[in-house]
Amino acid sequence: MAARAHEKTNPAFYALMVTLIVMALGPIMLMLATSFKSNIDIIDSSVPAFLFTPTIKNYEAVLCDVLWYEPASVDYCDPTFGRALGNSLIISLVSTAITLILGCMAAYALVRFRFMGRGAVSMTTLLMRMVPPAVLLVPVFGIWTFQFGLDGSYTGIILVYVAMNLPFVIWILQSFIVQVPIQLEEAAKMDGANPLQVFFLVVLPIIKPGLAAAAIFTFRIAWNEFLLANALANRNTRTVPVTIVNSITEYNIDWGVIMATGMLLAIPPIIFTFIASKQIITGMTAGAVKG
Amino acid sequence: MTAASRLNRLTPYMFLAPAVLVLVVALLYPIGYMIYASFLDWRPSQYISEAEWVGFRNYINMWNDEAFLESFGVTLKFAAIVVTLELLLGVGLALLLDRNIRGMSALRTIFILPMMIAPIVVGLMWRYMYHPTVGVFNRTLEGLGLETVPWLSDSTWSFVAVVVADVWQWTPFIFILALAALQSLPSSALEAAEIDGASEWQKMIHIKIPLMMPVLIVALLLRLIDAFKVLEVILVMTNGGPGLSTEILSLRIYRTAQEFQELGVAAAMSNYLLILLMLLTIAMFMYNKVVEARAERIRAMAEED
Repeated sequence: MAARAHEKTNPAFYALMVTLIVMALGPIMLMLATSFKSNIDIIDSSVPAFLFTPTIKNYEAVLCDVLWYEPASVDYCDPTFGRALGNSLIISLVSTAITLILGCMAAYALVRFRFMGRGAVSMTTLLMRMVPPAVLLVPVFGIWTFQFGLDGSYTGIILVYVAMNLPFVIWILQSFIVQVPIQLEEAAKMDGANPLQVFFLVVLPIIKPGLAAAAIFTFRIAWNEFLLANALANRNTRTVPVTIVNSITEYNIDWGVIMATGMLLAIPPIIFTFIASKQIITGMTAGAVKG
Repeated sequence: MTAASRLNRLTPYMFLAPAVLVLVVALLYPIGYMIYASFLDWRPSQYISEAEWVGFRNYINMWNDEAFLESFGVTLKFAAIVVTLELLLGVGLALLLDRNIRGMSALRTIFILPMMIAPIVVGLMWRYMYHPTVGVFNRTLEGLGLETVPWLSDSTWSFVAVVVADVWQWTPFIFILALAALQSLPSSALEAAEIDGASEWQKMIHIKIPLMMPVLIVALLLRLIDAFKVLEVILVMTNGGPGLSTEILSLRIYRTAQEFQELGVAAAMSNYLLILLMLLTIAMFMYNKVVEARAERIRAMAEED
């Protein structure tokens, strides 16, 4: 189908498509523009939304304590955002790594050793997809605070994120592992490889695309999550979404700075979207289109 | 038994154990705990063992609580409106744009962006655009010499505002699913219709939409489940207000736990929400099973011929 030449189509369709693209990108572009605007220009209604003298002051204010130079525009450096960015990075990266390792081992065992049918796993995945984070709020807060003593630590938040993401990761990796030809593994075994070697040296390299898709989905959820991070984190372990919400409840919102923070939070998912949109679409439509 | 064969026999369990352990400790146990907590009068300052057992009080009292009833109504209204709009728009656009146009893959890529960006940030963008003085909507209205609209401070407008933000964020999901479904339709059916002289409109009503139905139903249910989970966008945009006009159920759970400090009541609400979503999920599963069974029967019949 892709090989077929582009037909002559009514220009109205192009107009529709351009409109859709503008509508989808508009709010994001507006946020990007505002993050480079000084507060005076934001309030002044005679300054157009996209035509103004850009400034990086807002980003300097957000990142003041992680920059290599002392920004001249910042009189008092509030370390909250810089620290939150670091926390978000650590928590998302570590929880993604752990989820992938555990998920891929479990998916391999389920496919190759035929424990339960694939049906049972996809059922669990669906059930887990259904559990809203709001439902986990009360029990996770109670257990982590009173029983595990994990509140306010990285470990506590990472543990929830790993558990939340595992079902989906197991499910998507299964569909990739099923396609690995069993003959390859048998050949490796004949050459004297033990099960661990077979798994790490034969299977893992083949399912790399699946791992990439799973990693993007896991990272995104951990990176964007607010509710549980808000319940579990203390001053030192707060993530970026939590600091954004904290600074927006105040009456005087500093739009420039908060848009710069929002932009920094949005950048990693935007990058992933542009480098791996195919995998993301596959992940989204899998299960709905194929059944 | 040799060491090697014992290792081989234990391997599957070794591979599975860590994941199972994490799921049991951090997912199943909390859910069980929540069910238990929903029968308690429990505050965050207490250990759970000190909390008083109150039976079904949390579940029953809720139905006399006007604030809860209103927020339940808002949730149903929000989910119904949002999902209907997204389905109509998404499927409509997919039908219109299902042709070989240059730039289709760019559109699809850009369309995923609203879903990938943090809901907190989506809320932030829309709150800024709806801002009474610096927001782009009111500035445009002013520029045209029209009266400005109290987007987030009027109960009707704020509901509209929240719906618009959700439609912006999630219509692409339906669009992408519908487009994928359209492009995997069997070309033989469409060609046969073309030979019989069917118009574009007839092809759409009698062939495309019926064949897309299974995917559409699943998309509908997935969106419905997600619509009940929306929280962050609304939290940032309106925090449920003004009054309770945009306070959907998951926001109510959050506030009951965080602000009112009534963990038992919040757990009972969570349970209601969970039951509701479970019913939807089971409906979706049953539907899938029915469709598969029908496809199986058709295939069997085709083989007999």
